[in-house]
Amino acid sequence: MSGFELVVPSLVVGIVLYAAAKRVDIFKTFVKGARENLIVAWEILPSLTALCLAVGMLRSSGAAELISNLLEPLTRLIGLPAECVPLALMRPVSGSGALSMLEELLSSHGPDSFVGRAASVLMGSTETTFYTVAVYFGATKIKRTRQTLPSALIGDLTAFILSALTVRLILGS
Amino acid sequence: MINYILIGIILVSFVYSMFTGGADALSGAIMTSGQQAVSLILTIGGAMATWGGIMKLAEASGLTRKLARLLSPLLRLIFKGLKKDSLALDAIAMNITANLFGLGNAATPLGIEAIKRLEEEEGEKDTASRNMALLVVFNTCSIELIPATVASMRAAYQSGSPMEILPCVIIVSVLSLMVSVTAVYLFNGYKGGRGRK
Repeated sequence: MSGFELVVPSLVVGIVLYAAAKRVDIFKTFVKGARENLIVAWEILPSLTALCLAVGMLRSSGAAELISNLLEPLTRLIGLPAECVPLALMRPVSGSGALSMLEELLSSHGPDSFVGRAASVLMGSTETTFYTVAVYFGATKIKRTRQTLPSALIGDLTAFILSALTVRLILGS
Repeated sequence: MINYILIGIILVSFVYSMFTGGADALSGAIMTSGQQAVSLILTIGGAMATWGGIMKLAEASGLTRKLARLLSPLLRLIFKGLKKDSLALDAIAMNITANLFGLGNAATPLGIEAIKRLEEEEGEKDTASRNMALLVVFNTCSIELIPATVASMRAAYQSGSPMEILPCVIIVSVLSLMVSVTAVYLFNGYKGGRGRK
């Protein structure tokens, strides 16, 4: 997979050189962008604390495992590892909750295990759907969002199924 | 909704641990959860800062605007029925490009601007148009070139190759977006620019 590891350095060098060619003040602009995102990270922290509390309790009590086991027949059907079910359920609802669940999975199964890889792909290829729909339509006078939420959730379900499948096909486990 | 989820999770955990006798583990989890949140934010906050800096360069150098202009004709095939010089389409293209570059801070205001312009240009009163639904599913599908947050967490847990998930993430994002776009069209009918007459 070393080819893919080249993507990131090339992208960084490409963007920096392009910006230099366009006479952008590179250091100042970089610092500005870094500062903006550090503020975002700082602002996520309180809600992340709340969700880490809840998710930590769910896992340490064994209830997360119970939910995974109960839903296993269903997940076996779509090929998603049962351990990823709590993450998939949380993903469309809370970004902080999903981050916290991903962390639990990476620490307990390891990032390069099948579960760790499938969870990583699932997290990277989906969004906090309910929140996004609420933010966008909240900015308008639209009251009936009709097909929007179902269409978005069908996309999420597709992503859940495909994340395990692509990991099997491309990464081999 | 988040309140019900929190209360539900905490209650279920408590009751379940009473049955299984796992109160020690539960109490340990409560005591360390705050520390876990802070260390997690240090991991992803660092990556967010790095990529925020890099992607700000892409924005300031006009790279994102250029890509948005390249994407516009393609997007016109999906977002149908907009005027030739539609300002909404410009905002949609900028929103999608900002998402591609992981510029979350820029993407949301651009997306909100886009949906407001759609509301104006399409004259919808209280029902979402097809183009609005499409804009939202483009944003719920997480189309991002570099999944920096996830990769930084993988790196923190000593992954042999934090970025190996890249091809999978891109394939899954694109396919799930195609499914969502198809769903919007199916729910709404292919013809009739705004879907509802």
